Amino acid sequence: MPSSAQEAFDKLTHTVGTPTVDNAKMQTRNVNVFYGEKQAIYDVDLDIGQNEVIAMIGPSGCGKSTFLRCLNRMNDTIPSCRVTGQMSLDGEDLYGADLDPVLLRARVGMVFQKPNPFAKSIYDNVAYGPRIHGLAGNRAELDDIVVDSLRKAGLYDEVKDRLDAPGTSLSGGQQQRLCIARTIAVSPEVILMDEPCSALDPIATARIEELIDELRENFAIAIVTHSMQQAARVSQRCAYFHLGKLVEVDDTSTVFTNPQHELTENYITGRFG
Amino acid sequence: MSTTTLFLLTIGLGIASYAYGRSRAYSVAKRHGGVRALHSLPSHYGMMVALWCALPALAIIISWKIIEPSLISNMLDSAIPQAIHDGGVEAVKLYKNDIGNLVDSEKIASIDNAEKKLAAERLTNLRSTSALALFVLALTVAIAGAALALRKIKPETRARHKVERVVKFFLISCASLAILTTIGIVFSVLFEATRFFQEVGFLEFVTGTKWSPQTAIRADQVGASGSFGAVPLFLGTLLISFIAMLVAVPFGLMSAIYLAEYASRPVRNIAKPLLEILAGIPTVVYGFFAALTVAPALRSVGESIGLSVSSESALAAGAVMGIMIIPFVSSLSDDVITAVPQSMRDGSYGLGATKSETVRKVVIPAALPGIVGGVLLAVSRAIGETMIVVMAAGLAANMTANPLEAVTTVTVQIVTLLTGDQEFDSAKTLAAFALGLMLFVVTLFLNIIALHVVRKYREQYE
Repeated sequence: MPSSAQEAFDKLTHTVGTPTVDNAKMQTRNVNVFYGEKQAIYDVDLDIGQNEVIAMIGPSGCGKSTFLRCLNRMNDTIPSCRVTGQMSLDGEDLYGADLDPVLLRARVGMVFQKPNPFAKSIYDNVAYGPRIHGLAGNRAELDDIVVDSLRKAGLYDEVKDRLDAPGTSLSGGQQQRLCIARTIAVSPEVILMDEPCSALDPIATARIEELIDELRENFAIAIVTHSMQQAARVSQRCAYFHLGKLVEVDDTSTVFTNPQHELTENYITGRFG
Repeated sequence: MSTTTLFLLTIGLGIASYAYGRSRAYSVAKRHGGVRALHSLPSHYGMMVALWCALPALAIIISWKIIEPSLISNMLDSAIPQAIHDGGVEAVKLYKNDIGNLVDSEKIASIDNAEKKLAAERLTNLRSTSALALFVLALTVAIAGAALALRKIKPETRARHKVERVVKFFLISCASLAILTTIGIVFSVLFEATRFFQEVGFLEFVTGTKWSPQTAIRADQVGASGSFGAVPLFLGTLLISFIAMLVAVPFGLMSAIYLAEYASRPVRNIAKPLLEILAGIPTVVYGFFAALTVAPALRSVGESIGLSVSSESALAAGAVMGIMIIPFVSSLSDDVITAVPQSMRDGSYGLGATKSETVRKVVIPAALPGIVGGVLLAVSRAIGETMIVVMAAGLAANMTANPLEAVTTVTVQIVTLLTGDQEFDSAKTLAAFALGLMLFVVTLFLNIIALHVVRKYREQYE
């Protein structure tokens, strides 16, 4: 990092741009995350709006994935992880005493970096969530949910003749769309995506990006990505993280054409990162 | 000069020639402008000289020792009186043994028979000549080998390649030794079993339901002609293995799930080794635990609720065997459960599944092929287990599915057939080989299936 940028980072006390929105689905205020003694996130305020795709970008280790994993309390599985501050979904405190993280994860779904289908058939992969949450009363309803989810994930036409085949037999891009279908099947309100295309080739990536754009109609989506082009293509708002601080949030077009902060500009223009 | 001394001398020569060859390589290197001028490291040249020196000499010593006895025995023929030769091959053999013993115990002087004394002196003579010849030959070959190799220490000699080829050959022979031994055992069992099946029909053996291997040893003995129906033995084996698996699979699997998924690190670090200690207890200890503690306890419990339990029961043996196998099942299952990728668990949690749903519906199904493979390996272990059943299951070849009665197993019968005074070529003794062969085939198939299943599982994630 150039020394002037280092100074700018040290001076950074609050986020540049507009971290809040009017129709917020999720709100976070003063979020700090620690792994043991080490602090990974510093005082982040950020809203995720209804029906929007918000991209989180930044160099490796900047805390964007950590922040994402706080939104559905996936970090609970890491014993040393500690979260402070307020986070809410529709005004309900995520870390409140009466909130069950298991139920939260059904409302805030997650798609991971590496496609991780279960060692089950394609059908059972998608039916897994509805089954554990008892969403379908009978087999016909379950069939409807599975087919509908596969359709929304743009995978149905490719697999409709082999729903009994193992999920692992699909190609990487198909596996990732299967994981998206699996997430959609429990009808979440928010979908978190942690670098969903980093293990995929450009064609499969393009297919997923189209899909993200279609899903925006029904879900709020937060996506972490290493690719600035991808952030520019799929998101409406864009948040730039740097060493655990949220440096700048704004409309994607503003961030990419007219970044306000020096650090953001350096990253966007490829001077580091 | 004893063979041991010669052997050690040769090895000493080899070590000395290593040191000499290495220093020679350094001086050669100096003449050509440093160690880098040599193709290989000086130690490779040293090793080359050592191998060239010691290997041929050792080979000669070993093969000499293999051929020597029969060679000397043949040369001794001329010194044996014609009268003995007329007595046939066996008589000559006996006579030679006698002489050999006399020479070994250094009692030549006390022999009163002149012919015998002559033969004994001839034998002593032959032996010392042979030892001297071997000594001279081995040392000549060793020194010649070393000299030849020393002349080869030149910058362009590829010493490393030569040494590594010898090392590779050595490794191959070690690996083939184990395989050849196994093949040898299989063939010897196969051969003896064939002899058994010449006396007792194969069909009678595999379908007969009466096992009573007592055959008459002498012609004038009365009674048992022996009947060799192996079905009760295999049923007994199956019954006990089944009981053992009923104990081992649930307990082993549950403890594996606890250790892999729920236990905190400190608990796991203590509990896992403790469980594996169970596997280190000698089976004979399990055996008397089964015979002296479990069986009487079962008997008294059975009596108190009005069941007749025999003092040696399939249940006692099977239950203790199951306890013995628990660590086997749990350790293998723990490995496959831990090998299920964390990303798969994350995927399940990310959909709002609880921990127990994740374990039951995602982790266990994913690990199932590996668990099945581990269980099959445990089954073949149970089938081959001997000591516990010898002590706790009894000897009566009952055809029964009642676990409270005494049964006997294939392994127990092999033990009883081969212990005590036996005539080696009687059907009774040979039956042990036939049983061994059948047991071998069964466990071999189980192992092949198990390894196949386990391998298939591994491919899925790597």
